[in-house]
Amino acid sequence: MNFLNHPPRFLFFTGKGGVGKTSIACASAIQLAESGKRVLLVSTDPASNVGQVFGISIGNQITAVPAVPRLAALEIDPQAAAQTYRNRIVDPVRGILPEAVVKGIEEQLSGACTTEIAAFDEFTALLIDSALTADYDHILFDTAPTGHTIRLLQLPGAWSGFLEAGIGDASCLGPLSGLAKQREQYQAAVEALADGQRTRLILVARAQTSTLREVARTHEELAAIGLQQQYLVINGILPVAEADHDALAAAIYKREQAALNVMPEVLKALPQDSVALKAFDLVGLAALRQLLQTTPQATPAANQAPISFNKPSLSQLVDSIAADGHGLVMLMGKGGVGKTTIAAAIAVELAQRGFAVHLSTSDPAAHLANTINSVPNSALENMSVSRIDPHAETERYRQQVLQTKGAQLDAAGRALLEEDLRSPCTEEIAVFQAFSRIIREAGKKFVVMDTAPTGHTLLLLDATGAYHREVARQMDNAHLHFTTPMMQLQDSGQTKVLIVTLAEKTPVLEAANLQADLRRAGIEPWAWVINNSVAATSTSSPLLRQRAINEMHEIKSVAEQHARRYAVVPMLKEEPVGVPRLLELAGNRH
Amino acid sequence: MTKSIEIFDPALCCNTGVCGVDADQALISFAADVAWAKQNGAQIERFNLAQQPLEFANNLVVRSFLERSGQEALPLILVDGEFALAGRYPNRLELARWAEIAQAVVEIKPAGACCSGSKCC
Repeated sequence: MNFLNHPPRFLFFTGKGGVGKTSIACASAIQLAESGKRVLLVSTDPASNVGQVFGISIGNQITAVPAVPRLAALEIDPQAAAQTYRNRIVDPVRGILPEAVVKGIEEQLSGACTTEIAAFDEFTALLIDSALTADYDHILFDTAPTGHTIRLLQLPGAWSGFLEAGIGDASCLGPLSGLAKQREQYQAAVEALADGQRTRLILVARAQTSTLREVARTHEELAAIGLQQQYLVINGILPVAEADHDALAAAIYKREQAALNVMPEVLKALPQDSVALKAFDLVGLAALRQLLQTTPQATPAANQAPISFNKPSLSQLVDSIAADGHGLVMLMGKGGVGKTTIAAAIAVELAQRGFAVHLSTSDPAAHLANTINSVPNSALENMSVSRIDPHAETERYRQQVLQTKGAQLDAAGRALLEEDLRSPCTEEIAVFQAFSRIIREAGKKFVVMDTAPTGHTLLLLDATGAYHREVARQMDNAHLHFTTPMMQLQDSGQTKVLIVTLAEKTPVLEAANLQADLRRAGIEPWAWVINNSVAATSTSSPLLRQRAINEMHEIKSVAEQHARRYAVVPMLKEEPVGVPRLLELAGNRH
Repeated sequence: MTKSIEIFDPALCCNTGVCGVDADQALISFAADVAWAKQNGAQIERFNLAQQPLEFANNLVVRSFLERSGQEALPLILVDGEFALAGRYPNRLELARWAEIAQAVVEIKPAGACCSGSKCC
């Protein structure tokens, strides 16, 4: 593997949930330790199975791994770190200030920024020279801070405002004001990150067009702030030999190779490694030792008996949705799980049953929307498609804030405000306006959306009264009784929230976190949709069948622990574009 | 002895207000007024409920106000520890009166107000 040649002291693995960062980091740590190096493996994956892999319990302290000489591991839980920080601010006033006030403060400190900065605080100590890390030749992290966090820490204005006076200007730096470390420590940590002699960044991706595009953005963002030492690892590529076995495997192989061919140029220029899809589950030392081996292994003959399990179709879910005659259907989930596709499939199903439907998508390519519109199909005359462009909405919002609030700021203040406006929250807030405009149509027809604010955003906006102001302004002087978007979303008679996920460990965990976030805002998700399931296909490829068997555990946990009702959508041979394929995806047998 | 003016802000979801649906002009103007008053010798301190809740809890006047009227009734302004105004931000004239800034100065147009280090712009 190129990325393990002459490795520097620090190795960071980054990539979105479910691409296999933790497995690759574990396998790399084992390989380095077995080559004679002293290695510390740091996991911040909330689904961390590092302890499970090595058969020990690790937790928030450096623990030697008995099975692998010279290897030690540490698990940092970012959620717990954020909770510790929240407690430090809130505990002293609990029981003194009114309960509603305390809850409001806690919500302020429950955003993604707080979690990220709290996690960064936790591993700052590992990036600077100290007795803690002196024993290790290499320290491997299965995650990396985002460009947003690093830039914030690099801004001189951030420090002068927040850490010295204890007060300041950057919302996302807010958490730091209550954190324990010294300014010098943060600076030293950021310097270590940007030093190519000390730090290497390994971008982990899958062979999917959208994922590679996202990785290219991460690459450019981090390179721009000094992380020049970058390597690319494409994980889970289906071996060509599999394509002979089976039509689905052949289609996947073709799709993956096509995605790799059109990979963005900036990624093609990076040193690159490929890791083949493995038939075995990546748990246990033996499995991880094999992960990075390049010699192909014989796939064990898989059991050819069909996998049988209860897999309600999307079409069945639509039956229940249709019973209401109108309403708002929102698809939620992390990027890349297929929200837009599922939204389009539900909209087409409803339209085909004769209902008036408005599909609102934020899909940047919008090819789905175009395809649906261009197909002459009488069933879809009652369906309209519109698009919320998150990029355009965010840009408009940014300019508006900079021109109003930014007008009076000095250069440092303006730089901070601009950075704030690049925070992950900004896009959500910006999209909210377009969102609240469209959802009011749901009283008369079906509105299906692939965009939705998170529970955190809803709570914040509701708490600040922004909703009421916004709605009141839109209603103008019409003396009507109005409901806020928050109230509409909480009303299960008006709104159905569907969580979209994949049948893999990290995506399911991320979806469960999303559900918890919504519940905090009083919104109960109506159903879950498991997308792209191999288990729901009838593949005979031994590799894919093994993957299907691995999916069963996740499907079971969705069905039994997380979801009130659910649907399983099979992985398709072709991209589900166009009405017939969307109907096929939904399992429509009409 | 200069009078001490304390502003107890509501939980601004972030200092920039970036998280709000629209930029609140009242906050921007007030930040400029605070900067102006400080330049003219006023002693003003601001506390954000989201980040300095302890300052609210430790002050009996503020705490009882929160219990009675709730956080929706913020901001609360105290002058020398006594209730001066609540529910809206003071204008420049009010600040001048509390800080005992001469009337002549109030008339002068502020030069490019800036709010470096302030919590609300």
